[in-house]
Amino acid sequence: MNHGLRATLAFTFMAAMLLAVGFGQSWNLALAILNLCLISAVMSLGVNIQWGYAGLFNAGVMAFTALGGLAAVLISVAPVPEAWAAGGLNMGLAVLIIAATVALIYVLRKSLPGGALRKLITAIIVIASLYLLRKFYSPGVEAIEAVNPAKTGYLGGLGMPIVLAWLIGGLFAAAVAWIIGKVSLGLRADYLAIATLGISEIVIAIIKNEDWLARGVKNVSGLKRPVPYEYNLQNSQWFIDLVEKISASKLAALTDPAAKQAALQQLVIESSSIFVKLSYSVLFTVVLLIILWFCTRALNSPWGRMMRAIRDNEEAANAMGKDVTGRHLQVFVLGCAVLGIAGAMLTTLDGQFTPASYQPLRYTFLIWVMVIVGGSGNNLGAVLGGFLIWFTWIEAEPASLFLMELITAPMAEGNAIREHLLESAPHLRLFLMGLVLLLVLRFSPGGLLPERVRHV
Amino acid sequence: MPETTDILNALVLFGNFVFMPALSYGSQLALGALGVTLLFGILRFANFAHGDTMAFGAMVAVLVTWWLQSLGVSLGPLPTALLALPVAILATSLLVLLFDKYVYRYYRKQKSPPVMLAIVSVGVMFMTNAIVRFIIGPDDQRFSDGQKFLVRARDFKEATGLNEGIAIKTSSVITIVVTVVVVVALFWFLNRSKTGKAMRAFSDNEDLALLSGVNPDRIVLITWLITAALATIAGVLYGLDKSFKPFTYFQMLLPIFAAAIVGGIGQPVGAILGGYIIAFSELAVTYAYKKFFRYLLPEGSEPDSLVQLLSTDYKFAVSFIILVVVLLVRPTGIVKGKVI
Repeated sequence: MNHGLRATLAFTFMAAMLLAVGFGQSWNLALAILNLCLISAVMSLGVNIQWGYAGLFNAGVMAFTALGGLAAVLISVAPVPEAWAAGGLNMGLAVLIIAATVALIYVLRKSLPGGALRKLITAIIVIASLYLLRKFYSPGVEAIEAVNPAKTGYLGGLGMPIVLAWLIGGLFAAAVAWIIGKVSLGLRADYLAIATLGISEIVIAIIKNEDWLARGVKNVSGLKRPVPYEYNLQNSQWFIDLVEKISASKLAALTDPAAKQAALQQLVIESSSIFVKLSYSVLFTVVLLIILWFCTRALNSPWGRMMRAIRDNEEAANAMGKDVTGRHLQVFVLGCAVLGIAGAMLTTLDGQFTPASYQPLRYTFLIWVMVIVGGSGNNLGAVLGGFLIWFTWIEAEPASLFLMELITAPMAEGNAIREHLLESAPHLRLFLMGLVLLLVLRFSPGGLLPERVRHV
Repeated sequence: MPETTDILNALVLFGNFVFMPALSYGSQLALGALGVTLLFGILRFANFAHGDTMAFGAMVAVLVTWWLQSLGVSLGPLPTALLALPVAILATSLLVLLFDKYVYRYYRKQKSPPVMLAIVSVGVMFMTNAIVRFIIGPDDQRFSDGQKFLVRARDFKEATGLNEGIAIKTSSVITIVVTVVVVVALFWFLNRSKTGKAMRAFSDNEDLALLSGVNPDRIVLITWLITAALATIAGVLYGLDKSFKPFTYFQMLLPIFAAAIVGGIGQPVGAILGGYIIAFSELAVTYAYKKFFRYLLPEGSEPDSLVQLLSTDYKFAVSFIILVVVLLVRPTGIVKGKVI
């Protein structure tokens, strides 16, 4: 089967599955799954840039998506002037101290020769600045968190449109990725994995505990939306007219005007929710297509060929004069930027930022399953993986419950084993994901849509 | 000048809240890191499933302990879990050998790059995690019994007349004793026995070892058995000390990896050293020294803040920062290991 046909078939199958959910269960659910499929596809593209193009193992996907989510809060939420008045000055000074320390160490490293003296002075500067930092930082934090803690207790954001955060989220993630990459690339391949595993724990710990930043585990909810609100739609004449027009035949069957009015109202409520989800789908599709276009162009360019050459034989590429570590850093930062964008989109869709919900299995390793099942090195494959695995992940929960009910059906009601099996059924999908990952790696290492290399 | 009793009080305080906990936590990390580092040395990959292997071993021990408790079996002052340990090690060995036979073996024969094996271990991690959650659930479970303290803080205070007391938990003593026994046995095995020497030769230079007639399958089998035993012991000791919760074992991956790298990857001595370094720094940095300084500093100059360098929520940051510093300054680790 040639590649084009295979991809067409796979995506048609995926569309059919989503349509089946729409007809069989509900359109609301189908669109909800679709939206997360789209976001998963973007995440999967991000990991594919790192693993598929360059063979880098990023075990901290969660951190970069969380940074995107943080950006969504910091960009879109309205600023809290009282908090700025209470602790803004202290926080500003703290930032200045950090900047000054970094600058000082940078100058020092440039001007002094390496050795024990330089290390000693660097250590002294770091300790002194940490001491100074606490002087301003701690009272600042206390003052900010004391401002109306039940509702705000944080600095707030910039009050700008949330779509802008998608870009900023990418930048946040890229900045952190640059630091991590600088430290751990160029050493053993697994060191990057371990360093990213570490940064993911730390980023989540910081976001959970620094309440002045984004309220920590108290969550920020009610984020602004880039799409209309259901309530506003339900009260707009044009929307009601639209619904009336679409479902004219259904309404015509009803003769009683009161019943007709009630049916219309019900339809408007349902359609408003569908309309909102559909608007998100359109936005996410646009982002996905833009990123996919860039990825495809990059992969087919001389740069893409160079990346593949580095991935397949680092030593040979190095001998040909390619800067392996530099290119790895570049591709790592790019991939993380895409992850940041996806993270910001996810938080936008949720309408709230809940740091406690970031779990490594869901936000790091599930994305890995997507890339490997879809086809590492193939952008379309990664997108397909994002769709397919997210769909499976969602539908596996009711499926495993159903399976358990089938198995336990002969057992008596209230049987302890039966209760336990039913209760534990949701964990089966983790097992399924591991199994799928191992099976694909073993029997079809290229994934569903394997990488295609055109030899010129 | 502070008086002698003040100095003693400060030292006892430090010993109770930093030294003792760090010693037992460090032992648990060291046992975990030993398993990781042996796999690094022999099979040459970073095993992401190690945390969940520990969780699996501990889970079996918890279940067997509950069963023994229901039969009324107990070890008196010692926790019943020690009796369950051999069964747990056996079950974990079986699990890792199954995974090796059906999963890892194939990639070994293919001579896949280490990072590929690391990804494969992610799949194994998913499955082990699912098994543990399916059997025992994701929640906290307590299974320690027996006498909780060997020395109570109050008894210590009465005996010495100091203001501060050291409480010695039975679990800490067991942890330390078991660690010493295990480490001595392991080093004896690696350095003295024929198989252990073959393992080290294999780790040093695979081709040369093969030429000398070392049977690679046997080496791999024994490595897995040792790893499973180490992981189970570490998991059970940690569970006895704190409590059993599957997710905390996953989170121990980072300090364990950090310990292995800090010590020098593939170096057993380094792994032990790394484990204690991580544990001591973590506890020393997150401890609030206010009371400690109150004993030592002259009256009137006591600090009014907690004097805590980092809040306990950031304990992961400690192992991470140590990891980063090591990667920057000395990527080979303290004990010069291999950088493959």
